[in-house]
Amino acid sequence: MKIANRVALAAAVFSSFALTLAPVEALLAKDSIKIGSFLAVTGGASFLGDPELKTLQLYVEQINAAGGVNGKQLELVHYDTAGDAKKAVNFVKRLIKKDEVDIIIGGSTSGTSMAVIPTVEEEKIPFISLAGAVSIIEPVKPWVFKVPHTDRMAAERIFADMNQRGISKIALISGDGGFGKSGREQSLLLAPKHGIEVVIDESYGAKDTDVTAQLSKIRGSSAEAILNFGFGTGPAIVTKNVRQLGIDLPLYQSHGVASKTYIELSGDAAEGVRLPAAALLVADKLDDKDPQKLVLVDYISKYENKYGSAVSTFGGHAYDALMIAVAAMQRAGSADKAKVRDEIEKTKGFMGTAGVFNMTPTDHMGLTVDAFKMLEIKGGDWSIIN
Amino acid sequence: MPLRGFSLLTLVAIALPFLFPDNYYVTVVGTTAAVHAMLAMSLNLLMGYAGQISLGHAAFFGMGAYSSAILTTRWEWRPLLAMVAGLLLTGVVAYLISRPILRLKGHYLAMATLGFGIIINILLVQTGWLTGGPDGISNIPPLSLLGWQVDSDLRWYGVMSAAALLVLWINLSVVSSRSGRALRALHTSEFAAQTMGIDTTVMKSKIFVLAALLAAAAGSLFAHQQAFVSPGSFSFFFSVELVTMVVLGGLASTYGAIFGAVALTFLPELLVVFEDYEVMIFGAILMLTMIFLPQGFYVAVEQRLGRWWAARQGGA
Repeated sequence: MKIANRVALAAAVFSSFALTLAPVEALLAKDSIKIGSFLAVTGGASFLGDPELKTLQLYVEQINAAGGVNGKQLELVHYDTAGDAKKAVNFVKRLIKKDEVDIIIGGSTSGTSMAVIPTVEEEKIPFISLAGAVSIIEPVKPWVFKVPHTDRMAAERIFADMNQRGISKIALISGDGGFGKSGREQSLLLAPKHGIEVVIDESYGAKDTDVTAQLSKIRGSSAEAILNFGFGTGPAIVTKNVRQLGIDLPLYQSHGVASKTYIELSGDAAEGVRLPAAALLVADKLDDKDPQKLVLVDYISKYENKYGSAVSTFGGHAYDALMIAVAAMQRAGSADKAKVRDEIEKTKGFMGTAGVFNMTPTDHMGLTVDAFKMLEIKGGDWSIIN
Repeated sequence: MPLRGFSLLTLVAIALPFLFPDNYYVTVVGTTAAVHAMLAMSLNLLMGYAGQISLGHAAFFGMGAYSSAILTTRWEWRPLLAMVAGLLLTGVVAYLISRPILRLKGHYLAMATLGFGIIINILLVQTGWLTGGPDGISNIPPLSLLGWQVDSDLRWYGVMSAAALLVLWINLSVVSSRSGRALRALHTSEFAAQTMGIDTTVMKSKIFVLAALLAAAAGSLFAHQQAFVSPGSFSFFFSVELVTMVVLGGLASTYGAIFGAVALTFLPELLVVFEDYEVMIFGAILMLTMIFLPQGFYVAVEQRLGRWWAARQGGA
């Protein structure tokens, strides 16, 4: 009897255990969709990775609270690359082999994105990059997508504006960092197509505190406008120096300076400077009928409510990537890698923070030049010009 | 030359993929650990045995990697030929700078090697037409040995472990040779070594070139394994990481260098579970090791085990 009792008790305990564990187990097993991410949250590029990670965390939480995707919860697996390409490659392998994620969103910098492409292509997993370089999606690689605008588009937008103003000869001055260099290359490549001649091509170092020497040369040239491609404090110094030298040419900056810090650093000298920028920067100034305004205002309020800090376009890229991925999974009805890849490629008319995405088998970014707004700095604030 | 440790490591390297087939820690992290081990061993020859500090070792690693990357992608050289060219280039550069640089001592030598490392890094960033600038070079073809393509993680694990074992073997032979004894003499007292008839200038320059060559070879393999190189992977910070590996394991111990390399490769991988605290815990481990085991973790453990063993033998 005793033994039978014990067996019965054990069986009861065991089965109740099994019953309580079962749903947990099921949840752990495959009832979640795993989103892998590798971002530069620390290190020199943390201004990119930090808002990107915060955005992913915020929206994964939101989507899960609203019932998840295809009835499954999302699970975010993240590793910090500190902007190191070597680490990025290992972490992506880890995401694929160990964590067995369904899709990868990440690569804050062009370097880390480029580094993982061979792995992603070989392992056949959809990858949406958050970095700028055109080379990520050109030539097109089946499994690689990206959401931010490229520097080529910025150059095109600027040249279009110059054409409107009848400017045909420009001086180019660029920073010697990755961003400035890439922008310079794209500008030199595109200028002839817009009938614009680069009459003088100067550069400055990232740590230079004065560029009057280069600008004096520009003053002596036949340029009708100055275009500055750069990042960080460089463009602010260029802006100040231009005004100090009394150069009266229109000054164009790139989307690299699209933050309030630039206006603060340049002060009055920034008056009249034009630059292409994502609509996120001027969300409150958009027309109420603009469908993008709704998306932007919603993103900005959610982000700022949760983290209490200002949004940046970089976090917006993470939002776009995640939403495109989620929409593709919903259309595919599963997280099957090949199907999701096909569906991402079919993304049509998706309104993101960067603009409207229309992807095709030959265009794995899907944005057009219109995604950039042309801004002019007036009275220490941005204003949209058309 | 005692080969017990060498044989043991060979066995472990062969056994691991059989015990844990297609395991991330073996084929991916293990491969990285092998690369780091090669670099730490080569740096240890210079720092541990010859007593010449170098804060620019990543530069030689980068020269090997970039030579392979540039020659195979831009001029479509064969990987092996490109590797040999990279070794030649690195060897010549290392020889040319070794004479003036190794006349310096202590902090001045550290400064000079640091400067060299930074100069190479700036060159990699600034000569965009050749190196692709900050964006680096992608699409580096995989290594192929007599028609055998090294294209999977497992194969790379095999190649890198074999290369690391080869470097270990070279290390052991150098250390146990006459030159090795000369080197240690040099480390203890350069002046005394000179009075014993050792040409310390030639000796130092030889070991500097050898260390550079081993690092460049590792770099070549690394470039093919990653299929991508960018200047960030060969920065000053990586040089410091290499010095940390050597010091963590224990100077003047080849196995210590391997231990340091393996430990510093695996620790961050294991610590990612702590997320935000990862870097802090990592730093704390390094600090505690240096405070309590200043001669290096591996060397300290080895000495203690040796003493314990001797005491047991004596007691019995």
